[in-house]
Amino acid sequence: MKTNDVIFQTVAKVVFFMIIFFAVHLFFAGHYYPGGGFVGGLLTSGAIVLLMLAFDMKTVKQGFSVDFKWLISLGLLFSAGTAAGSLIFNVPFFTHAYDYFQLPLFGKTSLHTAMLFDLGVYLVVIGVTMTIIQTIGESE
Amino acid sequence: MINLPVLPILIPLIAAIVLLFVSKSVLAQRVVSVIASASTVVSALILMAKVKSDGIQTVDMGSWPAPFGITLVSDMLSILLVLTASIITLCVVLYSFRSIGNGRERFYYYPIVQFLLLGVNGSFTTGDIFNLFVFFEIMLMSSYVLIVIGSTKIQLRESIKYILVNVISSAIFVIAVGFLYSVTGSLNMAHISARISEISTEPIITVLAVLFLIVFGLKGAIFPLYFWLPGSYAAPPAPILALFGSLLTKVGIYAILRTYTLFFYHDQPFTHDLMSLLALLTIVAGVIGALAYRDVKQILIYNIIIAVGVLLFGIATMTEESIAGTLFYLIHDMIVKAALFLLGGIIIYIAGTSNLTKMGGLIRQYPALGWTFLLASFALAGIPPLSGFTGKLLIVRAGFSEGEYVGSIVVLLSSLAVLYSVVNLFMEAFWKTPETPLPDVKKQTGSLFIPAAVLVLLSVLYGVGTEAVYPYVMQAVDTLIHPEIYIDAVLKE
Repeated sequence: MKTNDVIFQTVAKVVFFMIIFFAVHLFFAGHYYPGGGFVGGLLTSGAIVLLMLAFDMKTVKQGFSVDFKWLISLGLLFSAGTAAGSLIFNVPFFTHAYDYFQLPLFGKTSLHTAMLFDLGVYLVVIGVTMTIIQTIGESE
Repeated sequence: MINLPVLPILIPLIAAIVLLFVSKSVLAQRVVSVIASASTVVSALILMAKVKSDGIQTVDMGSWPAPFGITLVSDMLSILLVLTASIITLCVVLYSFRSIGNGRERFYYYPIVQFLLLGVNGSFTTGDIFNLFVFFEIMLMSSYVLIVIGSTKIQLRESIKYILVNVISSAIFVIAVGFLYSVTGSLNMAHISARISEISTEPIITVLAVLFLIVFGLKGAIFPLYFWLPGSYAAPPAPILALFGSLLTKVGIYAILRTYTLFFYHDQPFTHDLMSLLALLTIVAGVIGALAYRDVKQILIYNIIIAVGVLLFGIATMTEESIAGTLFYLIHDMIVKAALFLLGGIIIYIAGTSNLTKMGGLIRQYPALGWTFLLASFALAGIPPLSGFTGKLLIVRAGFSEGEYVGSIVVLLSSLAVLYSVVNLFMEAFWKTPETPLPDVKKQTGSLFIPAAVLVLLSVLYGVGTEAVYPYVMQAVDTLIHPEIYIDAVLKE
């Protein structure tokens, strides 16, 4: 008998966006409130796993046509690159820079290079989690 | 350039990331690996010249001053070891082209090797005890992948043991660091050292010393914590085994050397006697294994354990002379073990088996390989003027002048056992008439032989040019004997 999971799939579609938004919120809040790249990444991959449960691997792969292993390398490049940027300015390794900017929509915002490092962490966490789940899910 | 000490860590990291991007093309991986390894060696050489002329180099990461941020400290000891590790990795990468096989090459072999070098160089360079733990984990996780890559049955079985032992020892490491932090309130190694010397009479310090000895003893294969090593190291193929045998256990020894010269030098009658006893038992256990087996890999693996024992005995004696001997022997042993494992790999490749009883007569077709192996064997045993001699001489002399007669005699006798085990290997593999005559067709081993021969040549030069190396080693010894130099360089007081 073919199971009918129309309720699950409909709810998953809505909840997916709620989780993603929460993940992005956690990611950007990391500097001043609990959160950051690690939880943000885990939550994002949680959202993708929800879609995988509701639909199947193939459909989700069509939706996200990225190789998650490639995401790991990209994230590492971001983090290492942020840290290595200090080499160009001849300041000690890992020295970060920040300043306050007047942005059109957000008003006075502080921008910090630590965010770029965190972006790398975020991408690596998504990449690693999804690679693990995909590899185990696809192996016979 | 104030970031010089970072480069031997950063280059392998960047290389590994680039290698992950180009994982589809084997040719690109080989080219990037060689370029990256070679530039790591060059950066280490430049850094060594800098340390020689200007003294200890430190980088306060993120511009946070010393006890609050992570500090990378490149003193002469660490840069000598970083240089040796980088050279060995370069040779192993070159050796891997022919021997590791296409399947492994496509499955992230080269990036993992770079990650291993990153972990090893980081462990040698860091000046923060928790950062040391992190670099240990980078090194260990790469070694987990390397031990299982290829997934033959024996590798799967041994990797489970290896991972289990190392996960437990890492957990003890974290507990030990937690204890140390609750006692001293700092994670910066120089700061911890200064704090410990204020409360040196507290017995908790001795407990911590023993706890750290257990942790690093598990990593460095000291009696009775070496039980996992012979099985696990026999599983992976020769180039991986060469990396493990020359780098991984030596990082454990380095950590013992660092912590026992920087932190735990106050209660020497207890801790150093314990270490001395364990060192001698390690030598005996290694000797028994090396003499018992008739298998190329096992004989060489038990020789690692003997060397660990000798090094530990040098640390336990704790005079200027014995520490100098330990350093000489440490660098010699890293180079010559890598060379021996690579040569052993060629022997196994030619004979098609690692069982000594089944091979023989190789000298007729492979004279260069045979004589190089014999040369490496003599260097391992410490025959002058080859590289193993100076280190052992200094260790034994220091032992005698400190009244450690039993220990020194055991070290001397262990050299005989080492010599017997490797020369026996040579005789069986190269001289003996084989049971089944060798095929007439000679296997091509040139591209395998050259990296191994370079290491042997390096070991010979290291032995002959002891006089040239001596000032470098003595500068390293100076920092180890006088921890104030290290503390002042880091805390800048």
